[in-house]
Amino acid sequence: MNPLSIARRPRSPFIRSERSVRDIMRDVLMALVPGALVALWLYGSGVVFQIGLAAASALITEAALLALRGRPVRATLQDHSALLTGILLGLSLPPLAPWWVPVTGAFLAMTFGKQVYGGLGQNPFNPAMVGYAMLIISFPREMTLWSGTFGDSPSFSTSLTALLTSPDESWWDSIARATPLTLLHDGLKTTMAKGLPLPDPALTASILINLAYLTGGCFLVFRQALDYRIPLAMLIVLLAGHMTLQTFGGGLLGSLQQLFLGSTMLGAFFIATDPVTAANTPRGRWVYGAGIGAFTLLIRSYGNYPDGIAFAVLLMNFAAPSLDALTRPKAYGHS
Amino acid sequence: MKHYLLILFGSAFANNLVLTQFLGLCPLMGSSKRQQTAFRLGLATVFVLTLTSVLSHLIDQSILEPLGVGYLRTIVFIVVIAAIVQFTEQVIRARSPRLFEVLGIYLPLITTNCAVLGVALLNVSHQHSFAESFVFGLGASLGFTLVLVLFAGHREKLEGAEVPVAFRGSAIGLITAGLAAIAFMGFQGFIRT
Repeated sequence: MNPLSIARRPRSPFIRSERSVRDIMRDVLMALVPGALVALWLYGSGVVFQIGLAAASALITEAALLALRGRPVRATLQDHSALLTGILLGLSLPPLAPWWVPVTGAFLAMTFGKQVYGGLGQNPFNPAMVGYAMLIISFPREMTLWSGTFGDSPSFSTSLTALLTSPDESWWDSIARATPLTLLHDGLKTTMAKGLPLPDPALTASILINLAYLTGGCFLVFRQALDYRIPLAMLIVLLAGHMTLQTFGGGLLGSLQQLFLGSTMLGAFFIATDPVTAANTPRGRWVYGAGIGAFTLLIRSYGNYPDGIAFAVLLMNFAAPSLDALTRPKAYGHS
Repeated sequence: MKHYLLILFGSAFANNLVLTQFLGLCPLMGSSKRQQTAFRLGLATVFVLTLTSVLSHLIDQSILEPLGVGYLRTIVFIVVIAAIVQFTEQVIRARSPRLFEVLGIYLPLITTNCAVLGVALLNVSHQHSFAESFVFGLGASLGFTLVLVLFAGHREKLEGAEVPVAFRGSAIGLITAGLAAIAFMGFQGFIRT
């Protein structure tokens, strides 16, 4: 690898801060704790299995690929970025998915999402979402099997059975429940009256978990570990767009519930804000966040997939370099 | 009106020529090194593609269909496309030499863009009317241009990345295009045909 190949063309950011990648990643990992604990409480021990397997697979894949490329393995793994990718992917997966789902997903995320582009800081697409999108396209059945609601989490043995064996349909039918977004998607609006607060245990679970991620996100904003523009723009557009749809008779839920469904807060604060794959300029970040909010709402309302965060993030990742080019501040004296 | 907006959105995003139908990959890989050239090629393609979309529809409806020689479609459309590109080139050269210089080699190269022929044939298989063909061609070419320009932004950025040697150049370009195609799968289900 010729080091000059990097030097030939200077890359942003040009102003370096004192905080290392490792410090920021540690803050982000800490901020994920409340959300992960609530998920564990609601969805049972499957959450731990998914996070553990995805994180282990991400770390092993990163180590193997770094070794293949002749890069320092130990030092790179200690920046915690591979660990964070694995944990984010694990948190997005259904808690009762079979073991090969998190393992394959994290492998794909680290390979095609990151190392093939040269590692941290050079990947154009969010690795965790690359893994998630590949999984939901390839294994739609396994990726939509959710279980557990408020006050009714699957037992340890149930989680272990789902993880290690491939149970048949009848077993699944007795365990799996649709998430509020899936219900919404399938048009089963009967369980969710318009605008009523918390009519359904599954909805309560969804709102609790989003509140936990929101708490973690606020901690990160306070620590200046992320740019508030991206989640703010995304949530504003999600809310405003939803209200517009409602005006024309399209929206089904109360407006606040749209903000607390699916993985909205996890996406807004932990996934959309990835500094590598987001737009870099302040104005570009407003547009970037707004775009994620708009695409999320559109895919939730009209698309085939129940939640649109992953695709919305990937779509705006695709647009990010051009957003930067369009919103680059003019240098003084240049027209 | 809603019908035409749906065709426009569908052809630009949900059924994007490049990322969901995998047409026009040669200009995607060939002329995406710089965003500026990508944008100019895109504009020229918008003009030619919309025009051929409409003209091929007219020729199909007024000549090929009445004579019952639908099997000649592909070859006739290719001739039509080549003629329109030549015509466009001559008009631009005569009326606006500056634009001709800006477009340069990319103008004649549009002839070999399979997306142009693809749209003409898709119009036939979807049984589009005259107005539908126009909107379909416009939407498809705008979607093509958008993807080309966004993709060029990534290629410019990738020049500085430490991509492993085996993946340099077209390989990483195709992987990036593949990931972008996965992102575009989010549009699935928007348009029900």
